[in-house]
Amino acid sequence: MKQSLTLGKVTKFMGLGFLSSFKDLFTGKLEKEDYKAFLRKVIVPIASVLLFIGLWHLGAKSLYNVEAEFRIEKALNEQGQAAADEMAACIASGDISCQPNTLPSPSQVWASFQSLLKDHALISADKAAFIEKTAALNEKRVAEGKDAIVYTGRPSFVDQIFRSLKTVFAGFFLALLIAVPLGIFIGLSPTLKSAFNWFIQIFKPVSPVVWYLLVFMIVKTLLIDSSEDSSFSISFIAVGLCSMWATLVNTSMGVSSVDKDYINVAKVLKLGNFQKVFKVVLPSSLPLIFTGLKITLSVAWMVLIAIELLAQSPGLGLFVWEEFQNGANDSNAKIIVAMFVIGIIGFLLDRLMLAIQNWVSFEKTDAI
Amino acid sequence: MAYLELKNIYKTYGNDENATEVLSNINLEIEEGEFVAIVGFTGSGKTTLVNLINGLLEPTKGEVLFKGEPVVGTSHERGVIFQNYSLLPWLTVGQNVYMAVKEAFPKKPKKELNAIVADYVDMVGLTPAINKRPKELSGGMRQRVSVARALSMKPEMIIMDEPLGALDALTRGTLQDEILNIWGKDKRTALLITNDVDEGIYMADRIIPLRPGPNATLGPEFKIDIERPRDKTLMNDNPNYKKTRNAIIEYLMDIGEERKSQASEEFILPDLAPKDFVNQFK
Ligand SMILES: Nc1ncnc2c1ncn2[C@@H]1O[C@H](COP(=O)(O)OP(=O)(O)OP(=O)(O)O)[C@@H](O)[C@H]1O
Ligand SMILES: [Mg+2]
Repeated sequence: MKQSLTLGKVTKFMGLGFLSSFKDLFTGKLEKEDYKAFLRKVIVPIASVLLFIGLWHLGAKSLYNVEAEFRIEKALNEQGQAAADEMAACIASGDISCQPNTLPSPSQVWASFQSLLKDHALISADKAAFIEKTAALNEKRVAEGKDAIVYTGRPSFVDQIFRSLKTVFAGFFLALLIAVPLGIFIGLSPTLKSAFNWFIQIFKPVSPVVWYLLVFMIVKTLLIDSSEDSSFSISFIAVGLCSMWATLVNTSMGVSSVDKDYINVAKVLKLGNFQKVFKVVLPSSLPLIFTGLKITLSVAWMVLIAIELLAQSPGLGLFVWEEFQNGANDSNAKIIVAMFVIGIIGFLLDRLMLAIQNWVSFEKTDAI
Repeated sequence: MAYLELKNIYKTYGNDENATEVLSNINLEIEEGEFVAIVGFTGSGKTTLVNLINGLLEPTKGEVLFKGEPVVGTSHERGVIFQNYSLLPWLTVGQNVYMAVKEAFPKKPKKELNAIVADYVDMVGLTPAINKRPKELSGGMRQRVSVARALSMKPEMIIMDEPLGALDALTRGTLQDEILNIWGKDKRTALLITNDVDEGIYMADRIIPLRPGPNATLGPEFKIDIERPRDKTLMNDNPNYKKTRNAIIEYLMDIGEERKSQASEEFILPDLAPKDFVNQFK
């Protein structure tokens, strides 16, 4: 089966079909009745985004005013009129030392986003310079059998994102490796099903925090001799264990509820057990397995933030926590930036899974 | 000893209070090389009977003997054309047939298997659609894939559960001839379930009605004494044909009437009408 890959096909595959409306707009391919669809698919979302930003702006402004008035009032009550005037002047001047600390406005968030990118550029340059500087020295050290010197500077925001993605994918693959095979066995054997049922029912609802603590207890002991930092292992294992349940349940359900007609075909053709599983049972449960994997990935991404924070493992979760502790004047704005980044990456991960699902399975699923 | 023998077969679905006896006291003998058709109303238990013979179901009471041996599970010797096609939706037409051919002839090289697949797909007229998935096919095309899949395994006995129901008259005629051709070539045995009396008369040596369920039993058999190869247009003038056809239809109408009168005794409809409907007359 050969398919030419056009932009339209790819975007549709990814559930980003609305992008092709743009292309049609610019290539002048819109028919009259398409305008209605264009209005609904492009104009309405853009309008709602603008409305959202507007409301956010107004909300942030009124919160700012509440906080500012409170500060002036407090200065008046505690130190008298002069202090209150000074405070009002200070707030109006935009001095950092007395700025109200509340929900940042959209423009502050945008400014923080740019400063985070600038910071990343700075750190990257610093890192590149460091690597260049130590290259010769490291070669010598390696030749002598010593460890190379590595860059230990502060990670940038972008580094944290990649670190988080690494953790989430490690956790996701751990979940996949455990849950899919186990789900298949449970689905195939009623005995295993009743053996595991209590286990699934009890552990499925356990909160990520508790999983983290459990993994921490075990991994800490297992790695007792090693001097390595175990925070990455702990966080990805905890992420995997929290998120694998959807896949486990969906896989076993898919495998145990294969259409009776297909089973009859397998029987009439006299397929062996192995063939039956790989040629009939698995393909027919693939849509459900993927639904499970999709949920697993989104759960993994969601719990990751909490777990990184607990495990002190570098990543977006730790970034958010540190900014919160930090309490600098732009910390709140940075937290909101992180919030959007987390949301957008979560959305893209979901679309990625959808694309893979459509690619491997015979039933096409539409994006929601 | 008959080739296929059903002895006092009873089949009950469910247990205790929910139990319904679908088939009661079924006795049937089919000789080697025979072509037998079973006609019956919908829901009378034809598919159940087919599944007892091909080994997908076990009788509650009684015995199914195939070549003198009790039937335990399915076998490549008995090929099945399922009523609901039962194609695997993730495989293409060619792959669906290939899977069956490969199981039937595990020792043949791949090239030969592919040739067999191509042959049978061509026979049912689906060569242009060989790379399509079942979802992209019409109901009739799916049915033809199912026919190709069953016949490609070259089973000794061909069991067909309303195999041509979804086809137009023309395609139906072609496939009837193909099936007869395959049956006649190496003197195989065939069991055809159909709801079309004419199809039964054209294809079979004997027609046996299945009386309506529950507790369906087989009715008296009708022998079709028309020489083969049969010709559809000439057959219409054959006095034997007319006589047999009328007898079968009369029998079926009788049991149909019987069923209707029984039904009207059993179900008394409640005296209800939609509100709006009643209000119209006020
Ligand atoms: N697995 C099952 N469990 C319970 N009842 C069943 C089951 N399969 C079939 N039946 C019942 O048995 C009866 C006969 O079903 P069957 O499918 O054999 O009919 P059929 O003659 O093939 O009908 P059709 O012509 O519509 O295909 C029906 O009343 C049906 O409700
Ligand atoms: Mg049926």
